[in-house]
Amino acid sequence: MQNYDIVVIGGGPAGLAAAAEAKKSGIDSILILERDHDLGGILNQCIHNGFGLHTFKEELTGPEYAQRFMDEVFDLKIEYKLNTMVMDITADKIVTAMNKTDGMFQIQAKAVILAMGCRERPRGALNIPGYRPAGIFSAGTAQRLVNIEGYMPGKEVVILGSGDIGLIMARRMTLEGAKVKVVAELMPYSGGLKRNIVQCLDDYGIPLKLSHTVVDIEGKERVTGITIAEVGPDMKPIPGTEEYYSCDTLLLSCGLLPENELSKTAGVELSPITSGPVVNDSLETNIEGIFACGNVLHVHDLVDFVSQEAANAGKNAAKYVKNGKTASTKEVKIKAACGVRYTVPCTIRPEEMDDTVTVRFRVGQVFKDSAITMYFGDEQVLKRKKQIMAPGEMEQVIIQKSKLADFPDISEITVKIETA
Amino acid sequence: MEKRVLTCIGCPLGCTITVEMDNGEIKSLTGNTCKRGDDYARKEVTHPTRIVTSTVRITEGEIPMVSCKTAADIPKEKIMDIMKCINEATASAPIKIGDVLVENVAGTGVNVIATKDVKAS
Repeated sequence: MQNYDIVVIGGGPAGLAAAAEAKKSGIDSILILERDHDLGGILNQCIHNGFGLHTFKEELTGPEYAQRFMDEVFDLKIEYKLNTMVMDITADKIVTAMNKTDGMFQIQAKAVILAMGCRERPRGALNIPGYRPAGIFSAGTAQRLVNIEGYMPGKEVVILGSGDIGLIMARRMTLEGAKVKVVAELMPYSGGLKRNIVQCLDDYGIPLKLSHTVVDIEGKERVTGITIAEVGPDMKPIPGTEEYYSCDTLLLSCGLLPENELSKTAGVELSPITSGPVVNDSLETNIEGIFACGNVLHVHDLVDFVSQEAANAGKNAAKYVKNGKTASTKEVKIKAACGVRYTVPCTIRPEEMDDTVTVRFRVGQVFKDSAITMYFGDEQVLKRKKQIMAPGEMEQVIIQKSKLADFPDISEITVKIETA
Repeated sequence: MEKRVLTCIGCPLGCTITVEMDNGEIKSLTGNTCKRGDDYARKEVTHPTRIVTSTVRITEGEIPMVSCKTAADIPKEKIMDIMKCINEATASAPIKIGDVLVENVAGTGVNVIATKDVKAS
C-alpha cells in the first residue's frame, strides 16, 4: 500500500484549488486522482466566457480559468494521476483506485479531500412519458460532444429546463447551425442567470416558456417530435395547452446533483437537501479527516466560490495532517429557516473556527424587497436588505469569531429571510 | 419613433427597460432601477457587443478540437459571420493559450485566439 498525507479525489476546479492550498500550507505528500484524461474537470467543456470575475477581475473562459489553477499545481509539483477511477474510500481513509498502467492499487491517506463534483439529473429521474429513442441528451453531455469531441448531437432541438448549461447550449447549438425551437421550464422562473437568458436566448430569438414541461416524446429509433404543455400551480399539465414541436434532439437541463457514491462508502453523512456531505466550519465531514468542497458539497453557480471554498478545505486538511484532531469543545448548529433552504457549513466550532467563516446558502423561492437576517440564539446580529433573491443565485453571510465569542451560551445560529 | 424593450443583465432583478429611439438617438429610457441598467440599455441599443466563443478543429493534437474566443468584444450583428470564419479555420498542435487562430476575423479587426493549451499527439 502507498502512503500519502492528503489524497484529493477529483482534479476539477475544487480539487486543484484544494491541493494547491494544502501544499502552500506545508504539506508535501499530496496526490490528486482524476478519472478523465486531463485535469480541469467540467471547465474544459465550458468554453464560454464569464469565469473568474471575482478571482482575477477579468472574464475568462472555462479552459483558461482551469489552466491558471493547473499551472499552479504544476509549479507546486503536486503529484496527480489521470485516467484513474477511485472505487472505494473507507472511514480509515484507505483509497482504492484503478487505472490502465497501475491496475488496482490502494493508498493509505492521513486526510482525504472529496472534490468529485456533481452530475446532471438524467431522464430516468424526470418521469417524462413517451418512447425512449436516440436523441435525448443531458445538456452537459451535448456540451462535451460539441466542444470536446467535435460532434453535433442534432439539427433541430428542444430544451427542457432553463438551467445555465441548457441556456449556454441553446446558444452553442445555434452558433453551430442547429435550430433551437424552444426552451421549456417547469418552474414559473428560470433557474439560470439573467445574463444567460438575454445573451443565449433573446439574442437568437429562442423562446423561453415558463411553467411548461414535456408531456410526450415521439419517435422510435430517433426523436421525431416533442409535445410540451403548460403546467398549473400544482405542476400538473393543463389539458388543452399542448404544443407539438418537430425535432430530432431533446436536451435536458433539469438540475445538478452532487456525486457522493464514494462519500457513502466511507460512511459520510449526507444532507437530504443538498445531497452533499454535512460539514462543519472547517469543511470536515462527520468522518474525521475527510473534507469536502466544490460541487460535491453543494452545487455552486460561480466557480470563483468553488475555488475559495476548496482552498479553505485544503488549508484545513493540511492543519489536520499536522495537528491531528483537536478535541472539539463545542459545536453550534446553524439552522436554515424561513425561506433559507440549507446552509454550508451546518455547524460551527466557536473555539477552533477561523476569524471569519463564510456561510453559503440558497433561498427556496424568489424574494423581493426582503432581508437576510442572522440570529445568535435569540438575538438578531445581522439584517441585510436585498432587493432580489432567487434560488439560482447563492447567497452568503459571514460569521465573525470575535462576535460569536460574545455569545458563549448559545446552541444555535439561525439564518432566515424576513421582510425588509 | 422606435421602441426597444430590453431585459437588464446587471443582476437577478432583470428589470424590463424600455428605450424610445428616434433616428438612432435615445429619446427616453424607463424601467431601470439603477445606474447599471441605464448604462447597459444605452450601450445595447446603440452598439451592442459580445465575445464569441467556439471551437476550431485541429490536426496532430491530443484532442480533436481547441476552444477559442474573440480577443475583444465584437459587434453583435457580426456573430454569424465570425462563426462562419471560425468553422472554416483549422489549426495544428501544439497550441498555447493566446495563439492566434484566425486573424482579423470577418473584417472586425479582432483576432480569434486559443483558450486552451493542446499538446501535439
